[in-house]
Amino acid sequence: MAITLAALTVGQDIGSTTVDVTRLGLVQYAGASGDFNPIHWNEAFARGVDLPGVIAHGMFTMGAAVQLVIDWIGDPAAVIDYQTRFTRPVTVEDTTAQPGTPGAVIEVSGVVGAVDADNATARIDLTVSFGGQKVLVKAQAVVRVW
Amino acid sequence: MTINPELQGRSYPAGDVYAVGREKIREFARSVQATHPAHFDIEAARALGHRDLVAPPTFAIIVAQRADAQLINDPDAGIDFTRVVHADQRFIHHRAIVAGDQLVAELHVDQVRAMGGGAMITTRAEISTVEGEKTATTTSSILVRGEEQ
Repeated sequence: MAITLAALTVGQDIGSTTVDVTRLGLVQYAGASGDFNPIHWNEAFARGVDLPGVIAHGMFTMGAAVQLVIDWIGDPAAVIDYQTRFTRPVTVEDTTAQPGTPGAVIEVSGVVGAVDADNATARIDLTVSFGGQKVLVKAQAVVRVW
Repeated sequence: MTINPELQGRSYPAGDVYAVGREKIREFARSVQATHPAHFDIEAARALGHRDLVAPPTFAIIVAQRADAQLINDPDAGIDFTRVVHADQRFIHHRAIVAGDQLVAELHVDQVRAMGGGAMITTRAEISTVEGEKTATTTSSILVRGEEQ
């Protein structure tokens, strides 16, 4: 079911999803990305710099949120431009003793924000929230529509 | 420490080559909960016309942050890493990064603005292959909090 430019309208819903985050997941992201800032895995350090607790990497949230767009368009290489501002931290509870229980749940939804027929692209505007508040602002992915 | 205002306009030349490996793409994809088969299965990637496994859209942060480290670790810059907050990020892909790419990044300090007692620093990494093919332009703003923030 290929997506065509002609079938897209501004405001069209592309769906929604949730991202479960755990402390283990943040350690995994730290290793994969090379970002070992202790605010993402050490509770005492995070509190020592006046954070409410261990927080997710902004880049983890940005990276996980775009999966909604990739699932919709069907090719990760279709995402040619992706940007966001980071406005609020995602605090991740320690659920190490309760395997399978997320320490935070991020909510992601997307709509078509613009359609550019000349360049055969569409802009997807993502809403990314945690605890009812937006954590990413102006989260926009431009996708090539074949 | 105070931020050196003369940082704006400074560039850092391409440093070490970053070799994009299949297992690193798979590891990074799992870490951002990516499930598309083009990140994991070579046949699936080739079926979409790619030479090899396709990196997720934010994979270039690995290369960009290595380039940023040149600035952050530059004693002349005056940046206290423990006071750095990531404010915004953008990836423009000229083509998808795939396994086997040998990447280098040239870093440009586009803007330095005083913010309270600290500063907002915007950097741009121009990422290309060692053969000179442009793959991505990443821009990133970091807020270096002042002592009272």
